[in-house]
Amino acid sequence: MSERTATTTDPNPTTTPDEPTETEVTSGSTAVVRALENAGVDTAFGVQGGAIMPIYDALYHSDIRHVTMAHEQGASHAADAYGVVHGDPGVCLATSGPGATNLVTGIADANMDSDAMLALTGQVPSDMVGSDAFQETDTTGVTAPITKHNYFATSPDTVGDTVGEAFALAAEGRPGPTLVDLPKDVSLGETDREPGPGKAPETCRPRTEPDDAEVEAAARAIERAEKPLLLFGGGVVKGDATDVARQFATEHQIPVVTTMPGIGAMPEDHELCLSWAGMHGTGYANMAITHTDCLIAIGTRFDDRLTGGIDTFAPEAAVVHIDIDPAEISKNIHADYPVVGDAGRAIERVDAEMTASPDAREWVEQCQAWTDEYPMDYAAPDNEPLKPQFVVEALDEATPDETIVTSGVGQHQMWAAQYWTFREPRRWVSSHGLGTMGYGLPAAIGARLAADDDETVVCVDGDASFLMTIQELSVAVRENLDITVAILNNEYIGMVRQWQDAFFEGRRMAAGYEWCPQFDKLAEAFGARGWTVNSYEEVPDAIEEALAYDGPSVIDFHVDPAENVYPMVSSGGANGKFALTEDQL
Amino acid sequence: MSDSQRGLQGPAPEERPHPDGRRNAQGIRIDPEAESEHEPRRTVLSAIVEHEPGVLSRVAGLAARRQFNIESLTVGPTTVDGHARITMVVEEPDPGIDQIEKQLAKLKPVISIGELDDDAVRAELVLLKVRGEEPDKVHAITEMYDGQTLDAGPETITVQLTGDEHKIDDAVDAFRRFGIIEIARTGQTALAHGAKKTVPGEEPATSGEPTKPTPNTK
Ligand SMILES: Cc1ncc(C[n+]2csc(CCOP(=O)(O)OP(=O)(O)O)c2C)c(N)n1
Repeated sequence: MSERTATTTDPNPTTTPDEPTETEVTSGSTAVVRALENAGVDTAFGVQGGAIMPIYDALYHSDIRHVTMAHEQGASHAADAYGVVHGDPGVCLATSGPGATNLVTGIADANMDSDAMLALTGQVPSDMVGSDAFQETDTTGVTAPITKHNYFATSPDTVGDTVGEAFALAAEGRPGPTLVDLPKDVSLGETDREPGPGKAPETCRPRTEPDDAEVEAAARAIERAEKPLLLFGGGVVKGDATDVARQFATEHQIPVVTTMPGIGAMPEDHELCLSWAGMHGTGYANMAITHTDCLIAIGTRFDDRLTGGIDTFAPEAAVVHIDIDPAEISKNIHADYPVVGDAGRAIERVDAEMTASPDAREWVEQCQAWTDEYPMDYAAPDNEPLKPQFVVEALDEATPDETIVTSGVGQHQMWAAQYWTFREPRRWVSSHGLGTMGYGLPAAIGARLAADDDETVVCVDGDASFLMTIQELSVAVRENLDITVAILNNEYIGMVRQWQDAFFEGRRMAAGYEWCPQFDKLAEAFGARGWTVNSYEEVPDAIEEALAYDGPSVIDFHVDPAENVYPMVSSGGANGKFALTEDQL
Repeated sequence: MSDSQRGLQGPAPEERPHPDGRRNAQGIRIDPEAESEHEPRRTVLSAIVEHEPGVLSRVAGLAARRQFNIESLTVGPTTVDGHARITMVVEEPDPGIDQIEKQLAKLKPVISIGELDDDAVRAELVLLKVRGEEPDKVHAITEMYDGQTLDAGPETITVQLTGDEHKIDDAVDAFRRFGIIEIARTGQTALAHGAKKTVPGEEPATSGEPTKPTPNTK
């Protein structure tokens, strides 16, 4: 799938050279591991436990690198981010019951963001299922609504094939998480059956080649547009369609906005790129969405954080919607010209069908004018308190262009997305659809292991988000992962405080976080390096030292607690009416 | 840090140009020709599914969490080994019906799904337990609706009726006068009229000659 090469993995340190490196299939669990090996899996994230022990025992002899996480939620986020950066599904493991339920947040997160991921969970022996046995949870029941499909393994002879199928299904068509629940008797049961090559089930083969009539209708609609606008969603990134999509935009001189998961699909410093639209998107992106007469949306599900109120979303636009998932067509926004198929293939086909580019010079100029009219900027006073946006810009400047950025959820996430200039896909790794606080650090671990060694990984986190999965710092230290965590510490669950001030007359109920720990000391306690930064003057040195340190480092930036995220489209409001200040809400 | 107190700039929300266009609740652009909102309608969907454990809960769970309004749901094996047919009566506006079909089609065990035409053959079975005080009259009504008496005693009489929804509704009304003690309805099941296929791509087979699952073109 991905052109990127995977990091070569250290062999299991407990494996001596004369031990076999290839697992022999003798049991259900060895068949599971063989299926993973067949699928090219080189890294897996998880936590041990009773019901998953047979699988771990089989991993003992495998070259697959297993990263023990501090909490299963960390394992599922790490696997998710690993998949986003690498391109192939990430893999996570957990034991039955609490192990499996701890994975749930990460599975739901991957599901909302269409991230390919395989979760393997232990289960109590088949004959005890349904008896409320120790550490029993109906894992397939719990995860049915948040997986593409989940499987309950029934036999050691078929479990390998099931795992192969689940892995393939996770990546097939619209990506997503799959899960295989593995009762202990199935894992321990004897078999010598080699699993076959994993392929997605017959009933889940998406249509990748778009329909001729759909392509033709879409091409005609784009040709005659006067104000065409491309909207690149996460599907452009995950469908590996960025090259084709960029070429289409430049060839036809059509301005581009992205969704938040689509960040990086178009270089954000490209003259046609208006950055991302939606609740905290740029003013110019939201103006363009509001005034376009032909919105060419590719690989997006029209989430309400993007659309604002449906009634005012792109109200003048004929909508061309390219998506591999037919169920996304007209789910939220009616598609006048649906094109079902693989994003890259569909763009190529529409492009080939077009006989002329739309005549949109005036429109392109108008979009440019909006970038001047609504520039992204923040009030930067001469002195303290430190502005969080400044920190993001400083980090962006100090790091290479293709740095991978992960984030938690809240104001800091928005500032990272707004003030970092992303130029390539799979570099912005965040929790979009589910909005999961605590995503940033485990995601940075997953991203780090998927990335090349010379690539930089930065996690922009919030004080509260960081605390939710801070224990994963122990993993980063143990594995000596070169990650820089930049906490934009406002001593609030800031996004909540912003809403309370705007919509709850300033009643800051349960929004304070002044008791948060000294993160630099905590980092040192974990064995990482830590800095606290209170002023503009300290910013460059701290960033430089943290980036230079070869291992996990944490910079606790004490930023202006009063700063809020703007522009803002109020929820259910019109994109074109984004507020630039609080009194415009 | 110099030029302090900059910030976001640009005209205030009301001072910006705004188009007049609108979309309705289904996200359809409202132009003068297509102004109306879609009204819900009742229809029957039929799905061929892999007959595996949990398939019914996957289908029902999907409908519940996406807030699709299901009136009835029946399931049973077909002539193809390992396949079952699920028949679902739903009431939704057109875009909703379209969504249900597409979302269900995405489920792994769903092989094929389609909406039935108005001329489809539909039937439901109901068991009615009524008071046994007036057996002759109960018998007469049962005859009138081509029903059968399954159980009769001094206190209760249980009859079975089949037919389309209207016939069943009428019959239930007619039995009310005797005092209905209990009622069990199966919900509708249906097949396409004549030689038409009920579900796209469905291949006929008799027991003992299973066909291969039809790849889904969804
Ligand atoms: C797991 C979880 N719980 C609660 C929320 C609700 N929530 C959204 S943003 C936010 C505040 C986040 O605070 P922090 O991480 O400090 O970031 P800030 O907004 O201050 O930058 C909260 C509580 C959430 N998104 N995720």
